Amino acid sequence: MRIGLDLGSTTIKAAVLDDAGEMIFQKYARHYSLVSAKVIELLEEIERSFPGEETVRLSISGSAGLGIAQKSGISFVQEVYATKLACARQAPDADVAIELGGEDAKILFLSGQPDARMNGSCAGGTGAFIDQMAALLGVSAGELNEMAKAHERVYTIASRCGVFAKSDVQPLINQGAKASDLAASIFAAVVIQTIGGLAQGRAIKGNVLYLGGPLYFLSELRKSFDLSLAAEGICPENSLYFVALGAALSAREETRLRDVLKALKERGAEHAFASMEPLFKSEEEYQSFFERHKKGRAPRRDFASYDGPVFLGIDAGSTTLKFAVLSTEGELLKSLYQSNSGNPIPLVKAFFEELYAEKPGLRILRAAATGYGEGLIQSAFCLDHGLVETMAHLKAARHLQPETDFILDIGGQDMKCMRLRGGHVENLYLNEACSSGCGSFLQGFAEAMGEKIADFAKLGLFADRPVDLGSRCTVFMNSSVKQAQKDGASKENISAGLSISVIKNALYKVIRPSSKEELGSHIVVQGGTFLNDAVLRAFEKEMSLEVLRPDIAGLMGAYGAALYARERYGQDGAPSTTLNEAAVAAFEHEVMLTNCGLCENHCPLTVNRFADGRRFLSGNRCERPLAQKEGVQGLNIYEKKLELIQSYQGKPGSRGKIGLPFGLNFYELLPFWHGFFTELQIETVLSPLSSRDLYLLGHGSVPSDTVCYPAKLMHGHVQWLIDQGIGTIFYPCGSYNMDDGLSDNCYNCPVVAFYPEVIAGNQPMPEGLRFIKCYVGLHRRRDLPTKLYEALKTYYPDLAPKEVRRALKKGFAAYEAHMAKISEMGEGILRRAREEGRPVVILAGRPYHIDPEINHGIDRLLSGFGAAVLSEDAILRLVPKGAPKLRVLNQWTYHARLYASARLVAREADLQLVQMVSFGCGCDAITGDECRRILEEAGKIYTQIKIDEIENLGAARIRLRSFFAAAGLEKQGGAA
Amino acid sequence: MQKRELKTREKGEKRGRILFERRMRRTHTILLPQMLPLHFELLQNVFRERGYQAELLTNEGPHIAQLGLKYVHNDTCYPALLVVGQMIDALQSGRYDLDHTALMITQTGGGCRASNYIHLLRKALERAGYAQVPVISLNLSGMESNPGFKMNLKMLRKLLAALVYGDELMLLGNQARPYEINLGETDALLKHWVEEISRQFHEGKAYSLRQLRKVAKSIAGSFEGIQREAIEKIKVGIVGEIYIKYASLGNNGLEAFLHQQDCEVMVPGVIGFGMFSLDNRLEDHRLYGGSALKKWAVQVLAGYLKKMESALISAVEATSFKAPGRFEHTRELVDGVIGHGCKMGEGWLLTAEMLELVEMGYPNIICAQPFGCLPNHIVGRGMMNQVKSIAPKANIVAIDYDPSAARVNQENRIKLMLATAGEEAVGAIESALGALLQHKPEIAAD
Repeated sequence: MRIGLDLGSTTIKAAVLDDAGEMIFQKYARHYSLVSAKVIELLEEIERSFPGEETVRLSISGSAGLGIAQKSGISFVQEVYATKLACARQAPDADVAIELGGEDAKILFLSGQPDARMNGSCAGGTGAFIDQMAALLGVSAGELNEMAKAHERVYTIASRCGVFAKSDVQPLINQGAKASDLAASIFAAVVIQTIGGLAQGRAIKGNVLYLGGPLYFLSELRKSFDLSLAAEGICPENSLYFVALGAALSAREETRLRDVLKALKERGAEHAFASMEPLFKSEEEYQSFFERHKKGRAPRRDFASYDGPVFLGIDAGSTTLKFAVLSTEGELLKSLYQSNSGNPIPLVKAFFEELYAEKPGLRILRAAATGYGEGLIQSAFCLDHGLVETMAHLKAARHLQPETDFILDIGGQDMKCMRLRGGHVENLYLNEACSSGCGSFLQGFAEAMGEKIADFAKLGLFADRPVDLGSRCTVFMNSSVKQAQKDGASKENISAGLSISVIKNALYKVIRPSSKEELGSHIVVQGGTFLNDAVLRAFEKEMSLEVLRPDIAGLMGAYGAALYARERYGQDGAPSTTLNEAAVAAFEHEVMLTNCGLCENHCPLTVNRFADGRRFLSGNRCERPLAQKEGVQGLNIYEKKLELIQSYQGKPGSRGKIGLPFGLNFYELLPFWHGFFTELQIETVLSPLSSRDLYLLGHGSVPSDTVCYPAKLMHGHVQWLIDQGIGTIFYPCGSYNMDDGLSDNCYNCPVVAFYPEVIAGNQPMPEGLRFIKCYVGLHRRRDLPTKLYEALKTYYPDLAPKEVRRALKKGFAAYEAHMAKISEMGEGILRRAREEGRPVVILAGRPYHIDPEINHGIDRLLSGFGAAVLSEDAILRLVPKGAPKLRVLNQWTYHARLYASARLVAREADLQLVQMVSFGCGCDAITGDECRRILEEAGKIYTQIKIDEIENLGAARIRLRSFFAAAGLEKQGGAA
Repeated sequence: MQKRELKTREKGEKRGRILFERRMRRTHTILLPQMLPLHFELLQNVFRERGYQAELLTNEGPHIAQLGLKYVHNDTCYPALLVVGQMIDALQSGRYDLDHTALMITQTGGGCRASNYIHLLRKALERAGYAQVPVISLNLSGMESNPGFKMNLKMLRKLLAALVYGDELMLLGNQARPYEINLGETDALLKHWVEEISRQFHEGKAYSLRQLRKVAKSIAGSFEGIQREAIEKIKVGIVGEIYIKYASLGNNGLEAFLHQQDCEVMVPGVIGFGMFSLDNRLEDHRLYGGSALKKWAVQVLAGYLKKMESALISAVEATSFKAPGRFEHTRELVDGVIGHGCKMGEGWLLTAEMLELVEMGYPNIICAQPFGCLPNHIVGRGMMNQVKSIAPKANIVAIDYDPSAARVNQENRIKLMLATAGEEAVGAIESALGALLQHKPEIAAD
């Protein structure tokens, strides 16, 4: 008898074969991280089922199996390898096997040159990802599958990382996108991730096998794969057991089952994980902590006995919906905290109905909305005000503790920290999309371990050895937890470890204080996550200080919104527009999808129609479709630069055509190369502006899934040129860039410098294509003519050195004219903005950040707020010459402009700076830190926006609005 | 030392960096971060012998990464987090008089962000309240001089010789240890040689080319004396970002893990990296132009290194151990694969080393890098496709290292690579399948 066990991240599978190779037993079960116990249980069941079989061949596989195998002396076989064995037996005709597991994704190429690919450590697109997304919609994975059947459209959802995907899905939910469409979009994202991330250019064709839990259980996921592969894959009946089967097949040595069981039981769980001090050393310590925090109570009043009018605040958060009803004196009358179930509008309607039922004829004096769903809720129910959630939290905290000087708010999906001075926001920190180790993250783990979040959190309070899990993002945390489970950490210790890691994430990734004094002396912590005592304790313990946690910590946004409504009512006393009892009863709502026709981008739009004929648009990248909010025109350098760079069209010449992929450095050097090639009688052909479709054209050949999005796009650009039949493509390498004289060296970043090598090495190129990736040193103008001539003469043998010299002169002249034009435009915008008294924001990035597919319209968002938008290169003539004294090595041309801009902003009172950073940009970990230092030393706020494939601007919008509010720009620009 | 006191002092010295003054040579202990145990121990002894009170840090443990996370921007690469974490951990340990301690860190000066480590370290020291601790940059590019730290030619030659010996010992140790019959014999011999070489340095010997040839030969010969089993083991090569590739703190004890998995490990040496760094300057000159004098100076140094490399290779070639390829040969391996101008981080050398490892009989390769390492997007993952098409036998796995990348995932991926590697395992498939096929041609798919 042969036994194979497959111990995955969430489930355990067993397959038993008789000596003839016939499968005589199989079992699939969740193990809830009690791996050892479950293995024993299963083996005992097998022992009971086959009483005569004393000696067996046994082998273990799977990511959680390694530890058990080492512990018990059972042989271990790597799971991909086991799959390969099983495929050879079960499906000898298969060419490719795609296997999705709990936290792994694999592709096996079985025919041709065999190859196995496995996802890296930062990759979504797995069963856990689907579970996480389903939980976000408040359904099970199975229900998600049912929902997807009725889909009409597919949204773009970032598929690389669960956290990113979440920040795409969440705003869609809040904007009223249909659950069926979301479900299908989630599956499509998994498909793109698997094919793009794993196949890496190798075609998936022939007989395709679908293996593993998610593909077995989810028919729509299989359909989505079928659609993308243009093939019909087969999901074998015993697809779940392939790994277990392979393990059974590989088992060689005979052992006695009884001995194995004995060894397993004797060893038990080992406790070899890194741990930290317990949260509470004693019951007494907990009691005094408990007593102290009982005091943080918001003033209340009994609603039943209250007859006056009320103020209402609604916080439509990322995963939850919160309501606060206040008396005219600001006492809390009624509140509600609930999950938004992916569709907040009916829940809000229900709340209104309940409110009016409880107090017929209730007068709502004013109502305000805040949070991700602010716009939708405000519009749907005609609320009087909307305010950005950071400001709502600020109002709430200051109401309860007027001396508040620091607020830390950890919500379901985001983390906000505000440092206050004299009642004003002095600094604002928001977590980046990639570090959302927040409330929903704890919830996810609680569910994975079969616990409710409240119970799970309590488990950790008295844990003896909290697991040290570090402070990284959710995806990494998954692996760390897996490791801890393998090492035998108890649920209690994992729970405590997770609570501590949430705090460490906030402290060391978002706030980064070097001492507790830096935080402040009157600290208020809030947000639903802080209702969890373990998290609260972890914070106080880590920083050794005491904080105020209001008992309504989870409601602070709604509470602040209601306070804001009350404050505004006090200012003018005008009647409220909020729907009354009758209007609420008649309220209906439907969702339609369309595309915006106001410009050539044709962004997809979600239209919410209400019964009285009103509409609310969402999904918009700019403020244009919202006619009532016309932004400022003509003060956006990003638009102007984009227009300018596209004006360099090639002219037909005697030496034919040359294709230039329109990305990365070409966004600045195009005028140079255009001038150069035009002079040489070579017609430049530019690939079009980036788009999602263009990206998908080349994404299959991206070898590194963590490289920045601008680099990944290059594959699409080159592919487009190839598809056009262009015979020569020019994409030069170069360690160095132009020298602006602002830095100690003029390097390109490593990716920009050498990405052509990656294209050449990975992109399938047709025979005869000339891909020119020569090394060009623009920083050495004297040597350039000779060097470039040498590089080009193999491709253009009739070229004369003199011609190259002359063409280079043209190129440099064109480049200088281009840069001068940008400076003039920038200076013009600055002048006009100053005349009109508008806020001016330098939206810092790289030249290629003007690509709308890369910046996702952040520039238009800013100008929608009424601000003038500049870029670093547009103010080059205004910054002091020479390399400034910095605390870092100033060695990259583009980044030097960033430092120079930051220094200019530090000097000029009316300038602000916002930095866009591409996910995965290593350089910006350094530049961002330094830029923050320069600005903060001058009393300015530093704001960073991380961008990636993310389509939706929800998070960026909140960040920018908070920034506008905090920097006191709101009144000027009217961006309330 | 009171933190408050330090703060005041920090303010006074905020402008500019704290220099390592001449007087500090006598008063200060210089701490070196660990990267390569054999090489760095030899380096430490060269520093000591020259009058510096150098001390190689050996502190390890998961708290080091946590300290790094606390004091360095979390998106910064893992090696920076570890090096800074290790140093701050040492300063916090209470073992050193903080007013008489200095730190030393290498600085490459390339276009990679690694050139910024020293600045990250200084920022971290300030935040941690150790602003008075001077940091010395160890580099060959003439960056950041210090009045109290000067290298003369003799010391430079000793340092280079130390690296050559380090490479040789690492190379031979890795080839002998997996097969030794008397457990511990290899490590004992390594220890003997580190002491012996240091002693000879002290006597002013062992660093001239002539003596180096002699010593390298006797080292190689001595390893022949280790009794070895004649068995086949899976041969694994390690390439990658220089810190993660070498430092066990960075790669979760990768070599030890592979040893445990019964593999023989080959790690290309540092001399190759040194020659690569020099070659970059010549290549820059060729691609972009530049001063002829500088080119000449680099050529002289490159020629010297070449002779040292040659001494190592001939010493090993005379034995039954495998010798590494010559730099020139390694360089040629990537002709037409990647440009020699691709120089940031490990640059084209990393790609070349993969090809060289396959050629040397180590087709199973682990490419180890920090998560999000920019150059490795290009020369590591970016070139694997090419490497595999040139050398179909290549069996490469890329592993990312990060403060919280779980070891279990890393080891699982390495195991996949090893499973593909093991001829044994291949045999296992066939025998397993064969056994089953004899019984029944078809397993019922129930």
